[in-house]
Amino acid sequence: MKTSFSRWLGLISVLLGIIAWELIVRVTDLPRFILPSPVDVWVRFLKSLADGSLLLHTGYTLLEITLGLFFGVISATIIGYFLAKSRSLEKILSPYLVASQAVPIVAIAPLLILWFGSGITSKVLICSLIVFFPVLVNTVVGVRAVPPVLYDLMRSVRATRWQILFKLELPASLPVLLGGLRIGATLSVIGAIVGELVDAKNGLGFLLKVGDFQYDTAMVFVAVFMLITLALMLYGIVTLLEKRFLRWQQPAS
Amino acid sequence: MTTKPILTVHDLSVVFPDSNGGLHVLENISFEVCPREFICFLGPSGSGKTTLLRVLAGLLAPTSGNVHFIRRQHPKIGMVFQQSNLMPWRTVMDNIKLPLELEGVSDAKARVKAQEMIELVGLDGFEDSWPRDLSGGMAQRVGIARALVHDPDLLLLDEPFGSLDAITRERMWTELSRIWQAKQKTVIMVTHSINESLFLADRVLVLTQRPGKVKFDLEVDIPRPRKDDIRYTPHFGKLARKLRETIE
Ligand SMILES: Nc1ncnc2c1ncn2[C@@H]1O[C@H](COP(=O)(O)OP(=O)(O)OP(=O)(O)O)[C@@H](O)[C@H]1O
Ligand SMILES: [Mg+2]
Repeated sequence: MKTSFSRWLGLISVLLGIIAWELIVRVTDLPRFILPSPVDVWVRFLKSLADGSLLLHTGYTLLEITLGLFFGVISATIIGYFLAKSRSLEKILSPYLVASQAVPIVAIAPLLILWFGSGITSKVLICSLIVFFPVLVNTVVGVRAVPPVLYDLMRSVRATRWQILFKLELPASLPVLLGGLRIGATLSVIGAIVGELVDAKNGLGFLLKVGDFQYDTAMVFVAVFMLITLALMLYGIVTLLEKRFLRWQQPAS
Repeated sequence: MTTKPILTVHDLSVVFPDSNGGLHVLENISFEVCPREFICFLGPSGSGKTTLLRVLAGLLAPTSGNVHFIRRQHPKIGMVFQQSNLMPWRTVMDNIKLPLELEGVSDAKARVKAQEMIELVGLDGFEDSWPRDLSGGMAQRVGIARALVHDPDLLLLDEPFGSLDAITRERMWTELSRIWQAKQKTVIMVTHSINESLFLADRVLVLTQRPGKVKFDLEVDIPRPRKDDIRYTPHFGKLARKLRETIE
């Protein structure tokens, strides 16, 4: 009884929030281009859905995010692995890594767009960059935390390098790796938007800018909600991966 | 025994680098092991017993001296470690079949073999349990099953019953004796317990305080199979006293 009620709590809270929003709009009577009502946003949502523009731009942003995540995660994992293994490589690369982290992505986004154009390449690059560091750090931490006794075990049965990688290092560091992916997934949404806000002809960031420019504030709201949806979706996927691959960590129910 | 040795260790020394001239852990250790022999190393904590097993397992290169296996250069090793080291992301079954997996044995075959081992160590019904849900003693038994599953030439046991209570421990002695007799393995085991070594071993080698040297080599001429009550025979008592005197 209690559990079935608490399951609805989240939904109830969202509904209350929307009602409060509607009330504020009615009480304050602000112009629509300052604060549209939930109904306005819903109508705008349906309209942009009907003319196909919303799906097009969402798809575009999703593509940037996915590609950015893919390249960012792959490169960070590979480099992180070698970094974890070699102290001297760590010394050589660490000034660049620290510097790359010190520069805010917003500051170099215009530069990347200048170099790589306003198309998808620059956005994917920005996403990869923003994802890179947290995934790299988690990879290093994860690989270094593999228990030495398990290396002993693998070596005592004469495991090859690849076997050690796939049967020990990968599964042992998976919890931390997925933790990095979780952070990276959220960051890549930010990366894509930052890029699109600087200069783009497609994507939710572009939609945001156009909406803002034309005082179509309802459109801005629609775009923001789509972004939230994308971020939650990615987060959900990582959670599913954790459920699937980290069953051994969860307490027995 | 007059059979030819399967393993000879000659003048083995291990020195770990440290700030003042190196930590001498093992010094001029020499011994021979015959096929199917059960050897126990007794020695105080820090005398280098684990280090010796690590050298024998090929995990650590000795500073000087050598280890020579007669039949082949790289024998198959089954090792039970002092701390239980199961992979937490693998079930009992999957932990036990790991060595077979690494050898490229087909999954079906590996499962059959692992199941045999599970029965041997009395863990039927726990095949799909996660290591976090096992007691210390059960985890140790999984470790023993894993060390035996790929039919190793040499079994290295580092205080395998260290974390067990007295009663389980003594049950495991009988079990290990039985396994050893059934499988005809060569075993080198490290222990702190005089009773354990006399109950199980053909020979007991006593190591000195660090740096560890072989101080005493005792032939255990107690007939097999050894029943629980041999511990109360005068002969057992005599051997135990001998060992106790050399250890002190
Ligand atoms: N990799 C290493 N580097 C430096 N010193 C080490 C290393 N391994 C072991 N030692 C040292 O060597 C000595 C012997 O260690 P070892 O683990 O072989 O003893 P042990 O006889 O197994 O002791 P115990 O009965 O407590 O398990 C200890 O002083 C330990 O600190
Ligand atoms: Mg030890």
